[in-house]
Amino acid sequence: MAEGIRDKVAIIGMGCSKFGERFDCGPEQLMVEAFEECIKDAGINRSEIQAAWFGQCYDELGTGKGAPGLAISLRLPYIPVTRVENFCATGTEAFRGAVYAVASGACDIALAQGAEKLKDTGYGGLPAIDGVNSGALFGQTLPNISAPGAFAQLASAYRAKHNIPYDELKRAIAHVSVKSHANGVKNPKAHLRKPISIEKVMGAPLIADPLGLFDCCGVSDGSACAIVTTPEIAKSMGKENLVSVKALQLSVSNGEERGYKDWDGSYFATTRRASKAAYKEAGIKNPREEISMFEVHDCFSITEFVTYEDLYISPEGGAIKDVMDGFYDADGQIPCQIDGGLKCFGHPIGASGLRMIYEMYLQLQGRAGERQLSDPKLGMTHNLGGFPFANVCALSIVGRYE
Amino acid sequence: MVGITSYGGYIPRLRLNRGVVYGANAWMAPGLIGSAGGERSMANWDEDSLTMAVEAARDCINGFDKSKIDVAYMASVNFPFEDRLNSGIMATALNLNNSLDSADFTASMRAGASALAAGVNAVKSGDFNNVLVAAGDRRITKMAYTHELLAGDGAAAVLLGSDNVVAEFKCSTTVTEDFADHYRGEGEQFDYNWEERWIRDEGILKIVPSAIQKLYEKAGISGKDIDRFVMPCMFPRVPAQIATMMEIGAEKAADNMHAVCGDTGTAHPLVMLITELENASPGDKILVAAFGQGCTVMLFEVTDNISKMSGKRGIKGSLADRKEEHNYIKFLSHRGLLQQDQTMRAEANWRTALSALYRNRKMILGMVGGKCTKCGTAQFPKAEVCVNPDCKSVGTQEDCEFANQPGKIKSYTADILTFTPDPPAHYGMITFENEGRGMFDFTDYEVGKIEVGLPVQMVFRIRNIDRQRNFTQYFWKAKPIITKEEA
Repeated sequence: MAEGIRDKVAIIGMGCSKFGERFDCGPEQLMVEAFEECIKDAGINRSEIQAAWFGQCYDELGTGKGAPGLAISLRLPYIPVTRVENFCATGTEAFRGAVYAVASGACDIALAQGAEKLKDTGYGGLPAIDGVNSGALFGQTLPNISAPGAFAQLASAYRAKHNIPYDELKRAIAHVSVKSHANGVKNPKAHLRKPISIEKVMGAPLIADPLGLFDCCGVSDGSACAIVTTPEIAKSMGKENLVSVKALQLSVSNGEERGYKDWDGSYFATTRRASKAAYKEAGIKNPREEISMFEVHDCFSITEFVTYEDLYISPEGGAIKDVMDGFYDADGQIPCQIDGGLKCFGHPIGASGLRMIYEMYLQLQGRAGERQLSDPKLGMTHNLGGFPFANVCALSIVGRYE
Repeated sequence: MVGITSYGGYIPRLRLNRGVVYGANAWMAPGLIGSAGGERSMANWDEDSLTMAVEAARDCINGFDKSKIDVAYMASVNFPFEDRLNSGIMATALNLNNSLDSADFTASMRAGASALAAGVNAVKSGDFNNVLVAAGDRRITKMAYTHELLAGDGAAAVLLGSDNVVAEFKCSTTVTEDFADHYRGEGEQFDYNWEERWIRDEGILKIVPSAIQKLYEKAGISGKDIDRFVMPCMFPRVPAQIATMMEIGAEKAADNMHAVCGDTGTAHPLVMLITELENASPGDKILVAAFGQGCTVMLFEVTDNISKMSGKRGIKGSLADRKEEHNYIKFLSHRGLLQQDQTMRAEANWRTALSALYRNRKMILGMVGGKCTKCGTAQFPKAEVCVNPDCKSVGTQEDCEFANQPGKIKSYTADILTFTPDPPAHYGMITFENEGRGMFDFTDYEVGKIEVGLPVQMVFRIRNIDRQRNFTQYFWKAKPIITKEEA
């Protein structure tokens, strides 16, 4: 019987590039920037890395298909490198590959690196869905959908389900963005570092009703990476304050949301499934009491908002109260997006999952500077890729190795 | 008895006020004032001759056992495809039996009437039992041309057969003359028209009466036997003039519908005929004359069955579903007559995999989903493995039509980011009465009036035009059902 990943793998080094409109850098430079920080943190030589996983979603804007883009950029010594892509869960998937490789005993030290170069698109937002590249059938039947439009629908269904006036929900999700911006101000690696007000969010131009400009995360370039090994090897290297992996879970839509009568459009069926599995794997009984901090996939404010409930931290229908009470603020009971979130970092897709883990790692090691929370024990990260009606949810929980 | 057994109509919801066309063009074309009254129907950006014909045909065959339809004809002078059977696309959209004869009728304003006459002959031959004839036109003219005001967009369809005839076919005649009042050469976008006075005096006023006279002789009737005279004509007084000449009586001439919709091209003889049928009484004799490189004349007599047609949307119902449009630039933009910046997002490559389209033709063009024979779950699309989590049976699904399923909005948004010719793009989750569901684009919506729970009907529309390869791609969209008070 499988016993899960808990405490089998430790993170010994992490790195994260500055996120932003890095017009002067390609994915190659961004990856080196993150990797140099990571390998110094790990205190190893790159020849000690035995396998690598490379997360990149938009290969057409990045280093192309396949894994050589990472191997060439870092001059890895002919080791196994695998490229993974799983929508917005891509970065976490790279991490999962490396962690599983170490846990299986197939290798001692593995690298997970994610990178995305979005700002060669030529316009704002994620690249438009391309008929040819979206699959022959998918491309002929999908609505004329954008990312904000896909997620904005959550708001219409959530309002209908809980009978909430338009402005009340709009104000609550505005608070979500205001909170993240307040955190991002303190993070030198964030793309957006300006505080915003509720009024500014509420009054911004609409992108996809009810989401306005400040309900949408930034679009940026970036890279983040992690080097992992077993706790035993980490200790033998003299590492202290070890951060270990407590849970790694994935849940993928099977078409029921889009095709079967049960789903009401107001939540993520995958996140509910993945979070239950992750808590079980990590030995968490009551997430609202035990999780110290978390990073949610806030591609849009409404995504973060409904995810509070899907992670069973806010009760169903209770997210508005928690948000307005400041439960998720930096000084609240469980700070969410303490680094600024996707909202302030933007969302270079392949990098995002690893960027989230990077913040949890820093916080758990007491190295988060101005943002440092007092005595965090468990940090959770969450990615949600695709559409609410068909998506990939990835969760990781990391914590102190005791 | 052979004749019309059912009919259906479709006039797009948008009506362009002609005054705005005149207002925009008066500085260089002051003569437009003569045709500037009333309003013309205006296809939405996602409507063309084919989508309108499909909607008219759906209205026409609604309630009829469509497995019995063995011929599908479509007429238009603005087919989306010059070489790909448009009536074949229509038949697939209607999910007709593929044991079907089909043909496209084109290249003359008379093509709709020609298709109707051919359909009658098919039934009379005894080889075919139920012939669907649809005509639709979205006519593109140069801006500031008189025909921009005279033309309207629309479609009509009739079913021909020998059971439950509502209008019996009595007689027809056709004369063919190479009278080129206008023409459109190969590869051209616009018609070239000759002088109106010559068209009227040397063409219409000579050719139409001669064809009617031939019919009188063939049928052994006189003008006094005719109750209504249907003749599309860009000269508003000419039909009454011909009705007088042919002893029908000026008051019997039907209105050309200029005030409410405009001339719908090949569809117009059918649009006007259906309008007459909507007001007809049993025994009425209706004479239809369609001019175009000659003239086809057809005589119908209304039967007692006409009362069974009362549930149809028809032309009357279409005209009642109306939204005024005062934006002439929007009209020109929707018809591709202005070079518009569409942002980089519009540059996406929309090449259609024709092999995938064929493989999924029932789903994409016909909106046919599946129904699990084991658990009864209706689902869209039809899948190898049943979507019901408690079933998941493999290979158990039979075809299940979704096109006529009433639906409701479950979730939605109005999207400003994505490119659409008519922003903001509205789309969302639709749940159907049969408990199937899907994500669909919306069309013909009122901005600011969409809510969860709003009822919708599915309509056949253009999803995308691949400009690089000039390929129009069709799919189904959700049209919110808007009551008059809401509009």
